[in-house]
Amino acid sequence: MRKLLTALAAATMLAGAADAATVYPLDRATILVGSPFDFKVEFDGVVKQEDVKVTINGEDAKSVLGADFDFVAEEKDKEGKSLGSAVILRAAKVAKAGAYKVEVSAGDETKTVTWDVFGTSATPKAKNIIFLLGDGLSVAHRTGARLMSKGMTEGKANGRLFMDDLDHMAFIGTSATNAVATDSANTMSAYMTGHKTAINALGVYADRTTDSLDDPRVENIAEAVRRLTKKSIGVVSTAEIEDATPAAVIAHTRKRGDKADIAAMFLDTKPDVILGGGSAYFLSKDVAGSKRKDDKDLIKAFKDDGYALATDKTELASAAGTNSGKILGLFHTGNMDVTLDREFLKKGTVGKFPNQPGLMDMTKVALEQLSKNPEGFFLMVEGASVDKMSHPMDWERALVETIEFDQVVGMAREFAATNPDTLIVVTGDHSHGVSIIGTIDDEKPGTEMREKVGVYADAGFPNYEDKNGDGFPDKVDVTRRLAIFANNHPDYYETFRPKMDGPFEPAIENEKKEYVANPAYKDVPGAVLREGNLPRNADTAVHAVDDVVLQATGPGAEGFKGYMEESDVYRVLADAFALGGDENM
Amino acid sequence: MGKIRSGYGFSRRDVLAMMCLSSILPAAKPALAAPTQLGFDELYGKISPLGLEFSDKVKSLDGQDVEMSGFMAPPLKAEAKFFVLTEIPMSICPFCSTDADWPDNIIVIYLDEAQTFVQPGVRIAVAGKLEVGSWTDQETGFLSRLRLRNASYWVA
Repeated sequence: MRKLLTALAAATMLAGAADAATVYPLDRATILVGSPFDFKVEFDGVVKQEDVKVTINGEDAKSVLGADFDFVAEEKDKEGKSLGSAVILRAAKVAKAGAYKVEVSAGDETKTVTWDVFGTSATPKAKNIIFLLGDGLSVAHRTGARLMSKGMTEGKANGRLFMDDLDHMAFIGTSATNAVATDSANTMSAYMTGHKTAINALGVYADRTTDSLDDPRVENIAEAVRRLTKKSIGVVSTAEIEDATPAAVIAHTRKRGDKADIAAMFLDTKPDVILGGGSAYFLSKDVAGSKRKDDKDLIKAFKDDGYALATDKTELASAAGTNSGKILGLFHTGNMDVTLDREFLKKGTVGKFPNQPGLMDMTKVALEQLSKNPEGFFLMVEGASVDKMSHPMDWERALVETIEFDQVVGMAREFAATNPDTLIVVTGDHSHGVSIIGTIDDEKPGTEMREKVGVYADAGFPNYEDKNGDGFPDKVDVTRRLAIFANNHPDYYETFRPKMDGPFEPAIENEKKEYVANPAYKDVPGAVLREGNLPRNADTAVHAVDDVVLQATGPGAEGFKGYMEESDVYRVLADAFALGGDENM
Repeated sequence: MGKIRSGYGFSRRDVLAMMCLSSILPAAKPALAAPTQLGFDELYGKISPLGLEFSDKVKSLDGQDVEMSGFMAPPLKAEAKFFVLTEIPMSICPFCSTDADWPDNIIVIYLDEAQTFVQPGVRIAVAGKLEVGSWTDQETGFLSRLRLRNASYWVA
């Protein structure tokens, strides 16, 4: 046994020495043929320029990548410590589809990776793509939205969600390049570029240098659409528009927190329709409410470029008639309020921003505007707060957000009914550790709330009502409601009840940067302290590693099947638009 | 502490000593002329995605003594000589670690005396001289738009 361990240790060390260099794009990368990407090799130590050898399929790298790389004698970390040498070629391109073996050596450092450079259908299958992303959309959200919106009798749903009737589906693996776990940056980036990346990264591979804006870039879908087509582009979200998901359509940064930079990156590809929250990063720093640290006035920059500006629902309606074809709608300094607060309870920040449009209002304007282009369009719509309400375990708000998102799926299907050359994709970017386990029935005897949790036969059916037929429950605080729990959480007070006074804030930070149960909920009748099972620096419930369910319909949707890596989804999108077809070479 | 010496250079023992000392201090409400009460919902007169505007009340109280009630956000670092007062306890970032933002309506409190951190979720009252307008803290680079100077606080 000891011998075996020694042998294993030796083998591991050997492998380490032989594989010291890191090559970007990483091993097994999938690359759209003809798309620009940054090629970088990071050596573990300092090497001599003349010792660096890079071949691709046995040929000199320069002949395959289109240009020669630069040699960086020494990269350094924040403290000035040497990280080793590197070679970099920005905007490399591989002109022919196929398998590529990249062999790198310098002194005793060697590394071999393979790339799959893929082509696409020669002619487009779809004119339009509507990519609908429910952030954090998990199976429980779908089940819960269906039960809450439609009800159930004798075990059969009394109605179907719009997303229930999409005819193609796949399971999506969402893990990051540096962890089995995942966030909304690396996941959406995989969808929008075809490359997996590290947590918090957008449109780049995560290299070792400190600068978050110098990492090796890969092409995103907005750039590919601009490079190869005359189609219009739309980005719509209920989050800050520079938040990870919408940012992934257009941005390149190692750090999703670079929100001021990301906001400015919208000017690089200039999506024709940009609708969401997050205006604070568009305002020059001298304006109260700004979160920029410079004098850039991005609102003015977009207006100068011919964009019609909208800051509330009324202005959005008038901007919809714009002749320029370009709309910038920013309806909140931060994240927009959720449907339950906006339309029903008037809590959250609705008092400050009383006239925010909803996701349907925004999608309607985007579809009207983008569909004026005879060349077609790519539209990304994010239902952001499915996730933003699942983190704090505010399940009623998360489910109402899912219902709203589903109604947007309905709008997309209606559009596709008269525009059948439209591919619709409906998916989450990652999942949450959430499950529905029965009901909570206030009519059950006693004061202890856990005794009111109905499981198995005792669960019965919930008693939500939708008398006005708008798809939303008339109220969420019914007497027999869904029992929904997270499998991971910080310390918090479980109240077993909807949070009618505003979004749930389960934990708050103490001076040791630890999250403790928020005492504001301590005295809610029946509340019990649940000790966390997450590290104490976790502020809310976290993302799950579970697969996501993707559904699709329309031309090209047959490409979605079985298990797929999140990065493989881009290949289907690129194929639908023929972004790697011969005519595009 | 900020008036006497910079926030840097305290030994651990100094800090501990001050913490002990300061735990005695925050008990007494300062015996000043009654300051004007100012609520978080009174800070801004106009709120729009194109920016916020301070309310007339805030503008008229610039340089005056005011009293506010809210929650102390955990300090940026132990030896910082200021803290951030928020309307509700900080539960920042319902989504991710790298992109958390402060809320729009925060007040930065510069203390007269070193005082210890109050446990999270405990409502405090703060009195001090209101200062309106953008100002960047020299030591930390923290940009604030509303401050209370020469402030002290107590558990409300």
